[in-house]
Amino acid sequence: MFLKLQPRGEASKRMSYLSPLLAGILTLVTGGIFFIFLGHDPFHALGVFLISPVSDLYGFAELCVKAAPIMLCAVGLALAFKAQVWNIGAEGQLLMGGLLASAVALQLIEAEGFWVLPVVLLSGALGGALWGLLAAWLRNRFNANEILTTIMFNYIALYLLLYFVHGALKDPDGYGFPESAVFSDSATLPILLEDTRLHIGILFAMFAVVASWVFISRSFVGFQIQVLGLDSNAAKLSGFKHKRLVLLVMLISGALAGIAGAGEVTGPIGQLIPSISPGYGYAAIIVAFLGRLHPVGIFFASLLMALIYMGGELAQIELNMPLAVTSLFQGMLLFYLLACDVLINFKIKLNKSQVAGAEQNTVGNA
Amino acid sequence: MKLSVKKLLAGAALGLGLAAGANVQAADPLKVGFVYVGPVGDHGWSYQHDQGRLAVEKHFGDKVETTFVESVPEGADAERVIRNLAKAGNKLIFTTSFGYMNPTLKVAKTFKNVKFEHATGYKKSKNMGNYLSKTFEGRYVAGFVAAKMTKSNKIGYIASFPIPEVIRDINTVQLALNKYNPEAELKIIWVNSWFDPGKEADAANAMMDQGVDVILQHTDSPAAMQAAERRGKFAVGQASDMSSFGPNAHLMSVVDDWAELYIRKTQEVMDGTWKPEDYFGGMAEKDIIVPAFTNMPEAVAKEAQQIVDDITSGKLFPFTGPIKNQAGELKVKAGEKLPMGDLLGMNWYVEGVKGSIPK
Repeated sequence: MFLKLQPRGEASKRMSYLSPLLAGILTLVTGGIFFIFLGHDPFHALGVFLISPVSDLYGFAELCVKAAPIMLCAVGLALAFKAQVWNIGAEGQLLMGGLLASAVALQLIEAEGFWVLPVVLLSGALGGALWGLLAAWLRNRFNANEILTTIMFNYIALYLLLYFVHGALKDPDGYGFPESAVFSDSATLPILLEDTRLHIGILFAMFAVVASWVFISRSFVGFQIQVLGLDSNAAKLSGFKHKRLVLLVMLISGALAGIAGAGEVTGPIGQLIPSISPGYGYAAIIVAFLGRLHPVGIFFASLLMALIYMGGELAQIELNMPLAVTSLFQGMLLFYLLACDVLINFKIKLNKSQVAGAEQNTVGNA
Repeated sequence: MKLSVKKLLAGAALGLGLAAGANVQAADPLKVGFVYVGPVGDHGWSYQHDQGRLAVEKHFGDKVETTFVESVPEGADAERVIRNLAKAGNKLIFTTSFGYMNPTLKVAKTFKNVKFEHATGYKKSKNMGNYLSKTFEGRYVAGFVAAKMTKSNKIGYIASFPIPEVIRDINTVQLALNKYNPEAELKIIWVNSWFDPGKEADAANAMMDQGVDVILQHTDSPAAMQAAERRGKFAVGQASDMSSFGPNAHLMSVVDDWAELYIRKTQEVMDGTWKPEDYFGGMAEKDIIVPAFTNMPEAVAKEAQQIVDDITSGKLFPFTGPIKNQAGELKVKAGEKLPMGDLLGMNWYVEGVKGSIPK
């Protein structure tokens, strides 16, 4: 080996900004080569994948529609992850939020007035928060591993949702199909841009980004969360209330996921259906780490994630590429990001001793 | 470089077309889009729709250009995919799962010059029709075959979701049992999924443990067929021809064949004669076919084929009275047929089905 990794001793600030960029470039290059092998013009294919989804106002609006739920979930998850609370349950918390919001929206289907929507959204937040708190309580009370409990709660949430959409919340005029009635206008998120589906959910998501940034960097509780994540013993010695912090981060991340779910049913979907999330809660885990658990990073990472999803759809429509290409692209990007992160703490050096050894050999032979 | 040559050629071809004048219109292919809920390789529902798409391509050749998008979730994403297909110039779009109904309707409102066809729903608009196949006709034949082939008088049924289509088909099987083998009992397991090989196999094994020896299914994977093959029992395939998954277990398959319908709809759009309709096609329209009867005595196969012929000719309609519900109340009078509307919204079991519809 002529190359070797040498520890930097101190994390490189410059590389921590450069490595995502490098990963992006490597993904583009590999993707381009891959497209050539599939028989496409690489520039055209990459254009279809990454630019044409947002080439008009409608596309841009769709990007925000798709990114909003992922962003909300990921901001919450990042908070929990920072505190070393491994909440894998954003999906279930999102579903519970959607379910409770739908139940309330259907109760208020005849009601009119500005108060209806806030009530519906708050029920969504409540649904998600309670689902998150349940896992937090199990961890605090019984020391139950939250990775396992939150995953299991995802399935329970899904089946609860199915139970209600096939039963009590089913549209009485829907010929027995598993869908609720369409919500009233008062319980539907207002549209920001005419002729698109861009709803105010993206504003909630952006607000969450800013609020969590301020919370984590400027508040004392935020500081406690950071300390807890870095060194739980230090946190204990400082007298921070560990259990209360666990409850708090699960409450917040659950509530944010719940709002994401409520935003889906009251926004682009407009009713309760059996599949309200194509796995946003899971995608958010990737996004949270992609964004380095930082709100601003998460903001861009969720937009990127949404873009790749949409590019995958267009690649199918315009280039007749299989769906697997989308997954491949996502996988590639993640792989390169993780790989490039090595450069933050290590630098690549030529292996001098071997190079020197090789020279000596040549000399000897001569 | 290769591409620019291609473009050049295309340009030249276009020039020739322009020179030919009158042929320009005809040379412009009709773009037809398809949205699938599963992967095209599911060997069930989406696979069959893709077979329909391929049949359209084969039939029309250069005159059509087809595009499909697979594994589209039935949530907020569906609307964007359908809309992008319309924006990409597709003039006829098939959306092939129930959950696409409202998204299709929304997009249809915006793209008034595009025709939409939605499978398995009930909504219709000026430029959106819906279509469904009479799977129950094939299911009636399956009920007959099961009635004749069971030795334990226990027949298993793997059901997906308690929606009218599935309940209707369970009822048809029971009607066939009532007629041809009243001793036989129908055991139903709900798996709450259209495609989940693991769960379907579990359900099949659980039923065989209880003595079931013929398995019917309203789910899309061949898992139950394979399980029956392993344990030396019988099974009936669904959606596509599943005979290859159970050489000794396979009795028959109820196959959805969308080719005829898709070719007709495409032709109608080309001719400008397309109209929105509630289309409900069965054996007579060649939408439901039973390719072969296997692993059964000649006499049973012959009688089964007779039933197929009678349904095709209209001589036999499974939902002809007298039909009673579970409580024994007469729902259809002797000699009368259950009206189409009641069939489409069916939410009650006929006499003989055990248990109640899950809520």
